Amino acid sequence: MTDTLIQAPKALILTGFGINCEEEMAAAYRLAGGEATIVHLNEVLHGRVSIHDFDILNFPGGFSFGDDLGSGVVLANKLRYRQTGADGRTLLADIREFVAAGKFVLGICNGFQVLVKLGLLPNLGGDFQPEVTLTHNASGRYEDRWVRLRVNPGTKVPTPFLSGLTFFDVPVRHGEGRLVVPDAATRERISALGLNCLSYADGDDQETGTYPLNPNGADLNCAGLTDPTGHIFGLMPHPEAYLAGCNHPDWGLKKRRGELKEEGEGLAIFKNIVTHLTRRTQEASAPATHA
Amino acid sequence: METNQHSILLSLQPGRHDGDGQRVAADAARHLGLATGQVRSAALYAVRYPGLTEKQLADFAAACLQDPVLHTVAIDQVAAPEGFNSYILVAKGPGVTDDEGTSAQNALGDFLNEPIDTRTQHIFSKRLYFVENELPAADLRRLAEELLGNKLINRFEVGAVADGIRDFTPRPGGGADARTETVALGGLSDEQLLQLSKDNVYALNLPEMQAIRDYFGQDSVREQRQGLGLPADPTDCEMEILAQTWSEHCKHKEFSAVIKYKNHETGAEEEIDGLFKTFIKGATSEVDRQLRANGNDWLIKVFSDNAGAVRINPESLFVWKVETHNSPSAIDPYGGAITGILGNNRDPLATGIGGARLLFNTNVLCFGNPDYDGELLTGQLHPRRIFEGVRKGIEDGGNKSGVPTVNGAIVFDDRYRGKPLVYCGTGAVMPMQLAGKDSWEKVILPGDRIIMAGGRVGKDGIHGATFSSIELDEAAPATAVQIGSPITQKLAMDFLLLATRRGLIRCSTDNGAGGLSSSIGELATISGGAVVELEKVPLKYPGLRPWEIFLSESQERFTLAVEPGKLDELLALGREMEVELTDIGYFTGEGSLDVKFDNQPIAGLSLEFLHDGVPRKTLLAEYVKPAAQEPALPAELDYNDALLKLLGSLNICSRESVIRQYDHEVKGRTVVKPLMGATGQAPQDAAVVRFNFESWEGVAVSNGILPRLGDLDAYHMSAGSFDEAVRQIISVGGKLPNLTPGDGNFWSVNDNFCVPDSVYDPTTNPDGKQKLAKLVQMCQALRDACAAYCIPLTSGKDSMKNDFKADGVKISVPPTVLYSMTAKVEDVRQVVTSDFKQSDDVIYLLGETHDELGGSEFYQLYNELGANVPKVDFAKAKELYTLVGAANDQQLIQSSHDLSDGGLAVALAECTFGREGLGARIELAENGLSPVAQLFSESHSRFVVTVAPEDVTAFESILQGRATRLGVVTSDGQLHVQHGGRELLSAATHALRTAWTNGPVNQTIGLEASEIAKS
Repeated sequence: MTDTLIQAPKALILTGFGINCEEEMAAAYRLAGGEATIVHLNEVLHGRVSIHDFDILNFPGGFSFGDDLGSGVVLANKLRYRQTGADGRTLLADIREFVAAGKFVLGICNGFQVLVKLGLLPNLGGDFQPEVTLTHNASGRYEDRWVRLRVNPGTKVPTPFLSGLTFFDVPVRHGEGRLVVPDAATRERISALGLNCLSYADGDDQETGTYPLNPNGADLNCAGLTDPTGHIFGLMPHPEAYLAGCNHPDWGLKKRRGELKEEGEGLAIFKNIVTHLTRRTQEASAPATHA
Repeated sequence: METNQHSILLSLQPGRHDGDGQRVAADAARHLGLATGQVRSAALYAVRYPGLTEKQLADFAAACLQDPVLHTVAIDQVAAPEGFNSYILVAKGPGVTDDEGTSAQNALGDFLNEPIDTRTQHIFSKRLYFVENELPAADLRRLAEELLGNKLINRFEVGAVADGIRDFTPRPGGGADARTETVALGGLSDEQLLQLSKDNVYALNLPEMQAIRDYFGQDSVREQRQGLGLPADPTDCEMEILAQTWSEHCKHKEFSAVIKYKNHETGAEEEIDGLFKTFIKGATSEVDRQLRANGNDWLIKVFSDNAGAVRINPESLFVWKVETHNSPSAIDPYGGAITGILGNNRDPLATGIGGARLLFNTNVLCFGNPDYDGELLTGQLHPRRIFEGVRKGIEDGGNKSGVPTVNGAIVFDDRYRGKPLVYCGTGAVMPMQLAGKDSWEKVILPGDRIIMAGGRVGKDGIHGATFSSIELDEAAPATAVQIGSPITQKLAMDFLLLATRRGLIRCSTDNGAGGLSSSIGELATISGGAVVELEKVPLKYPGLRPWEIFLSESQERFTLAVEPGKLDELLALGREMEVELTDIGYFTGEGSLDVKFDNQPIAGLSLEFLHDGVPRKTLLAEYVKPAAQEPALPAELDYNDALLKLLGSLNICSRESVIRQYDHEVKGRTVVKPLMGATGQAPQDAAVVRFNFESWEGVAVSNGILPRLGDLDAYHMSAGSFDEAVRQIISVGGKLPNLTPGDGNFWSVNDNFCVPDSVYDPTTNPDGKQKLAKLVQMCQALRDACAAYCIPLTSGKDSMKNDFKADGVKISVPPTVLYSMTAKVEDVRQVVTSDFKQSDDVIYLLGETHDELGGSEFYQLYNELGANVPKVDFAKAKELYTLVGAANDQQLIQSSHDLSDGGLAVALAECTFGREGLGARIELAENGLSPVAQLFSESHSRFVVTVAPEDVTAFESILQGRATRLGVVTSDGQLHVQHGGRELLSAATHALRTAWTNGPVNQTIGLEASEIAKS
């Protein structure tokens, strides 16, 4: 039977300790046709929930531990050092295996900061050591504003999260979203692989460093990073806050022109990964005629 | 340095952008006139964790604190960078919440894989600033106190680097202090009673002190107390409980008082049997009767819990609460605002059983002019500092809790420079049923355990309830300051959500003003009594006396009533979610509040005396209509110039710099945000938020506040404020309630009165009768408005002593009322935004304009008040709002903006701000009304709307005579206004928007230069 019911891809969404965008992230996966489970981080750390039972591991936005020592720092630290069992294992070790098994990791805003501080992004060296950082916006301020993003067409291994996307609008809501790449060599390697998969764009859809179109002054005008495999993806803006067309600040005009869509542009990212995983499962379960 | 204490200094690597340092240098020059040269910021930690090796310390610093891309680390070595000559150390005072230190402890615990008691402080965070110029200590201290911290909560060390850098690490607490003392009342004279009340910040007046003395003098009470092992005279704990329970803040004595009211204008005289009972509860009872008669039974809980509740649909309730936090914000603006928000969040969280999901916050703020250049009284903070501190408190309070701040308002008037008004509102959604029980009911049975959840108890915030019930003066107690910890509350909130859904909690309440004394004192009335074992309460540090533990307002705490059989499961959940839960006693049916410490009784008060023993006040109100006249203005008016000035005026100009620092769309449900359009600069009327992702139902949120009109007429000010909030909701597409049987279209309104001391005293408050008369009139208008629109009040608050007294001067706020409204929106995709959409759409004015420039922003340009106060015609307004609803049913309105400050001219300009290049061509009617009145009058119940050309016929047939065609939207980027063939106004809309964006608010808070230039 080829048309057995394919199980919807399973997204694990972490919460607790000041994470606060878990509900809209779960809604995004459900609207995209996936299955979403919100789990308190301690349930994972205490071994009651295993990340390996899921296909996508998600770090939502928020203020984990109040961003007290720098955004995402304390949470990243917990994943790197806190032993989850008597064998001295950490969640970072589990995440390595998770990614090695071909699964996906997504971090948004504070979640992106966690992935960067944890060394999961950009992971040029493949050893999960921090290579870049995200720090205070050049404006010195937290800001909530909508930006336009451009998908880097030159990414060597495009992340499936961004399949088929070229430009889209999303809100940014952060005070520490400025990507700092410490040196020219690292910058070149990121650019060469196109790991800077999302950049802030202006009205002409060109990448821009001009405030407020680029809201934080990020190096490479970068809004989001992927790892060299395309399996780990993180971004500062919030696609999960644009699930409905009427989330957009100018939806009134779209409606006046009869162009308002029920779905928001941010949903595409979640549909992409759900579609990708569904297709992969279908292909894997299909008769191996062309193997 | 002590051997077991180490320091870790994190400095930015050379060449890294130091935004904090740059901002301090810029603000020092701008606000204090100090030339600092460069400023470098650094983070300094003191670590006092026993048994930590040097290697562990260094590894911890490198792995957990240092960002390898940004920082260099120095251990036990605090040195200034080359070329920096002065320093400022900003530490926290003893016992002050230190979230950053706590987070560092969390990180240390993870790093070492050891369980660290993070509730005992081992790591202390500080900021260190190095200043290039060698400044005198006095200047450094000024910089520290004015820009970097607040001397009530911070400790500063300043000086020349050459003299060595002094450090400070708090060492909180002393030994345990279990003393309970007796307060001798018997035989005290009236004067002595009053002195006792003043000395102890009881804030009780003479009849109240006498009532307490007489109660304890009764033979039956004496006998009972002897039996309990209590002294005949009250203990300090009992006096504090009574003072807190009887405080204005908790008992609303003035809203309950008998008022003898005389109106010299009309000659009317009456005795009012309590403002609350007569006007607020009375109005809502009448509205509820009308609603139910029409099959609308959505009003579920009013005035009897922490927040009001209305039914959204058969599955869920909408919970709504607005409060003020004025006094704390006056002395510590950041701490006052953040605890205001977090405290207000706890109200819907702890309504009924508890565990509502917070949906949004809203904030309305009243400040003095941030550019105020007059004298400051002792203890008074500059309005700009209050503004910036409160703004930052709201940013952190909302953003870090993950609750969107969806709208708000800022009102400026120099009479708010002594005490600012900080209104915090929170909407939430709760299931109708929680684990099979009605979620809104509070049930407690004798034997249920009393559980304290959340933060620990310290000396912070002792006397908050009584302190907010008196005028503020230069001797404001430092312990009245509270510091919020959003992360602590977030953990408690997540916990409450789960625990209530699992049926582990009988009911919950918030620990706010009055702390445990208030929360347990109130819950005890449900079961009929409580026994508290105070020694079990976990403390932040030792040294609190028993009464202090009971009264402390340490934040982020809930009191829970829990069935004994569910306790273990609840405690296990608390451990899992890292929320501290402590069993501190049990509820009884004995009729008294009994408090013990180490098994010794320290309080035993009958609930009847505690809650009903306070003597009722009788107050005097007399109204004399103030003299007012219309001004004589210059005959010729430059309309362009007047409009530009209005757009750049303090009460109209853009608030974008404030709004953008609030997260207004976390949760992904915000549909109408404060600023919209392609430019993101078109101001909106009401916010609209979806309830969830499964349906398109939502809620519209608005605020009405017009204090200046109260200088002309308090009744019409209050009526106008109410109408303002109603019309904002109508403008976005909401509908009045009860128009059709069983339509389920809920409205839920909170009233918040903030008035100056209105109790007459011939020497200290000679105009008290006039002030109270104004309050009476505000309440009369509220009753009339509720009845006219059939809109119910569900909760609210009154704040009665908004005066700041120092150096023999009193600064009093103008009588102010805020109406915070919420209303159901059936389908958020059908709502209407304020900005013009495209050219050729036809522009209409809905409603009628009168010569009502009294109190207008236009008159304010000439420093005139005028006389003709705008009046609401409720019947005509209701008719118009119903017609607008009918037009919206057919989706005929493309944009709608309500008319308020600045009248028609300002509204038209704002409607063009949504996109570059839009304009409007307007022809004013020749109807006998002057162009000045047509453009600038602030008559109520009006809108500017646009209609697509093809919908004009349908629209006009609905609105009939209530719509006046003004003109069309154009694409030439110009606002043209003509009257009788004469061009009055012709301005580029881009220039109008620039004047609005570059107004004083954005200049104070600071938009980036590039942004200001761009717009």
